[in-house]
Amino acid sequence: MTGTAPGLRMPDADARVLARRSDIIADLKAIVPGEGVIAHEREMRPYESDALTAYRQLPLVVVLPSTTAQVAAVLKYCHDNEIRVVPRGAGTSLSGGALPLEDAVLLGLGKFNRIIEIDTPNRCAVVQPGVTNLGISKAVDHLGFYYAPDPSSQIACTIGGNVAENSGGVHCLKYGLTTNNVLGAELVLITGEIVRLGGKHLDAGGLDLLSVVIGSEGLLGVVTEVTVRLLKKPDTARAVLVGFPTSEDAGECVAKIIAAGIIPAGIEMMDKDAIAAAEAFVNVGYPLDVEALLIVELDGPEAECAHLLEEVTRIAQGCNSTTLRVSTSEAERLGFWAGRKAAFPAVGRLSPDYLCMDGTIPRRQLPFVLARMRELGAKYGLRCANVFHAGDGNLHPLILYDANAPGELHAAESFGADILRLCVEVGGVLTGEHGVGVEKRDLMDTMFNEVDLAQQQRMKCAFDDKSLLNPGKVFPTLHRCAEFGRMHVSGGALPFPDLPRF
Amino acid sequence: MSDIIAARDEGEVADAVRTALSAGKTLEIRGHGSKRAVGRPSQTDLTLDLSALTGVTLYEPEELVLSARAATPRADIENMLAASGQMLAFEPMDPAPLLGSSAESGKTSGTLGGLFAVNLSGPRRISHGAVRDHALGIKAVSGRGEPFKSGGRVVKNVTGYDLPRLMAGAFGTLCVATEITLKVLPRPPMEETLVARVASPEAAAAALSAAMGSSCEVSGAAFLPEGVAGRLPGLGGSPAVVALRLEGVAPSVTARRTMLRAVLAPFGAADVLETDASRALWLAVRDVAPFCGLGERAVWRLSTAPMAGPALATRLAADLGGEAYCDWAGGLIWLCLPGESAHGDEVRAGLAPHGGHATLIRATAAERARTAVFQPLDGALAALTKRVKESFDPGLVLNPGRIHAGM
Repeated sequence: MTGTAPGLRMPDADARVLARRSDIIADLKAIVPGEGVIAHEREMRPYESDALTAYRQLPLVVVLPSTTAQVAAVLKYCHDNEIRVVPRGAGTSLSGGALPLEDAVLLGLGKFNRIIEIDTPNRCAVVQPGVTNLGISKAVDHLGFYYAPDPSSQIACTIGGNVAENSGGVHCLKYGLTTNNVLGAELVLITGEIVRLGGKHLDAGGLDLLSVVIGSEGLLGVVTEVTVRLLKKPDTARAVLVGFPTSEDAGECVAKIIAAGIIPAGIEMMDKDAIAAAEAFVNVGYPLDVEALLIVELDGPEAECAHLLEEVTRIAQGCNSTTLRVSTSEAERLGFWAGRKAAFPAVGRLSPDYLCMDGTIPRRQLPFVLARMRELGAKYGLRCANVFHAGDGNLHPLILYDANAPGELHAAESFGADILRLCVEVGGVLTGEHGVGVEKRDLMDTMFNEVDLAQQQRMKCAFDDKSLLNPGKVFPTLHRCAEFGRMHVSGGALPFPDLPRF
Repeated sequence: MSDIIAARDEGEVADAVRTALSAGKTLEIRGHGSKRAVGRPSQTDLTLDLSALTGVTLYEPEELVLSARAATPRADIENMLAASGQMLAFEPMDPAPLLGSSAESGKTSGTLGGLFAVNLSGPRRISHGAVRDHALGIKAVSGRGEPFKSGGRVVKNVTGYDLPRLMAGAFGTLCVATEITLKVLPRPPMEETLVARVASPEAAAAALSAAMGSSCEVSGAAFLPEGVAGRLPGLGGSPAVVALRLEGVAPSVTARRTMLRAVLAPFGAADVLETDASRALWLAVRDVAPFCGLGERAVWRLSTAPMAGPALATRLAADLGGEAYCDWAGGLIWLCLPGESAHGDEVRAGLAPHGGHATLIRATAAERARTAVFQPLDGALAALTKRVKESFDPGLVLNPGRIHAGM
């Protein structure tokens, strides 16, 4: 199979690379011996897409190295021979970040699955990129520690993928994103050079390059080792489930909690459709007669949780809450979360297919954005359920459609694009935690102008001079680095002509 | 003194950079100038004065976000936040007292752009992150003289590369920031500090680690050796101690005080500093008060693995005849040498086995020209860093040489 999905344009395949495929495979087998090179179509099939399954493409070849030296040799070979490379972790990206290219090596990091060091006195762990997010927390659980960012896919997604996407989760209001919880990384450049950024210490001694590597969606280099910050598990965690007659009331409640100086571990909101879907799926006792439901979780010492729960209860009651339940046991707290965490599959049962969007908005814009989304839903004739990381303004509208119904995929994509444009219009952004990938690539110009994008791409060129790493992702147009070298200084019209030193 | 171009807005900043670029001139980027003495000595042709770029452009306390023009005085921002019960949670250091630069123009506290550019975070770094962790968005002018933006005003944002965080700590070498958007946080209503004697640097490291590895949510953790401790408020005449700060609502602080006492019990009894005394102590730790007013005696700032800090600080101080203490649960060492000589080779050789970086924060211009002020980089990383610099500033117009020679 060639091609991806109708409408998505990827960079033209390099015919010279395609023509040399068998030589390239032989060369790569010399670098990664044994079963580390997969070239048979049937065996490459599992790699043809990530979790954005609407787009599929077989790669040129799949390479699964198991050492940093092999990664470096593969990348150097590809750089020398001008072959594109698409890095891949567990393939759970929702934005197509690991979508293969016909003429690119798919570099899978799955064999990098070792925890190298657990150092609780220094509150960190050194792990390989293929270790799962949850695998880190499980490995230190018996010591009373955990790794804070908790994306919903944490059972499967890898820390390398988390670094690439700067993944979040339901607790990042209080504990931050990946970028706030990673101390260091070993990065292999496309030239095969290996650099170490950060370590067990805090902050950078010069330019903080780790900051741009995290969230770079595999466009700057390949991470082969990660040092993560570990946190002590809180003594207690308690949640309160609050129902509201309107989303405005729920939004008001969130604003007042934060204005009272309280930063909960998480605040999640669900709308009526999402509540109904979740309750039908997991049956945890969500109220069905409310328009909006909040889950507010507080963690810390017992005394603090009890005190803040009283405050949150008082605030919620002042915001017209109609139902309010405080968890009295760990089982009950987990029950509150079970519905929210199952929201995607629950909504999936309502409809043959759904698209999960990921914009972020300034929180107070929520009622306006929800109202506009209802209008858009009517326009496109599609339903949309909403779950929302309410504390930090990250929306996940789930657009329901049927791919077998003519035109519905296109309508769903157009609806999704309109939602993201709306997010930008009210002061927000295209993606809060899922990444740009191919999914939002062509919307980048709603947020950034040409100069903004050119500056970002120039920085990429500092890492990847031949634009070989993950091309076709993030940026709507692919340029050769040399095109960015031109200066635009208009001679003869210089400001400050009187300055004596000129 | 180089010629000064005063810019009043982003357009004038862009004009100034383009002018300098086309004339082959270099620019020193300056707000209040309170941190001019940090970094390699500047040899620029012109000074770009941003001090007129002031004003908070957005502050929404319930959204935990603030935007301000680059030269907005830090004091104005802190006062505005305090009025809404909020703060800059990274507790930025004010280096002016240490550098002896507080008298300059009467502008004592520096600007938002300045504190952003140097990324010098205070004691709360260990629990709440650094300046860079709170950077959400930036408007800036590149070394090409092109205004650009990156990031946004929301916390969760992965749209494009995270340039605002890269700019934090770049010392104005990549672009001229004109407006910065930061995440802000509620200010804890109360705080206390527990102070416990420690018998050795090793015991200090163990005590700090035990406290940080507990669920007490410590937001300040320092090792203060005898001598240094004696010059800090509230600790007069004290032997070597560890100090641990608890912040939050009263019931929580009370509960955690009990928990923390139990954690510290194996090391000895702990005294309590109440809110006012606690605030005074951590302000002094943040701004390196024990080493202020000592002329131009060389002062180093080292970041390393926390467990290594107390012993390394003690050994460097003993070997070089200086004094040292640790913040950041041991991971940040402030080292004051007995004279103006920086002893860079000895300091970096001592640090090397433990990893991290050493920056010469206070020294004479001659000493800063002679010694690598920032941690030297090895081959591939040095080359990559230079390429990144040039991707923003190909003509090496902006603060050239401030961090590393030749870039």
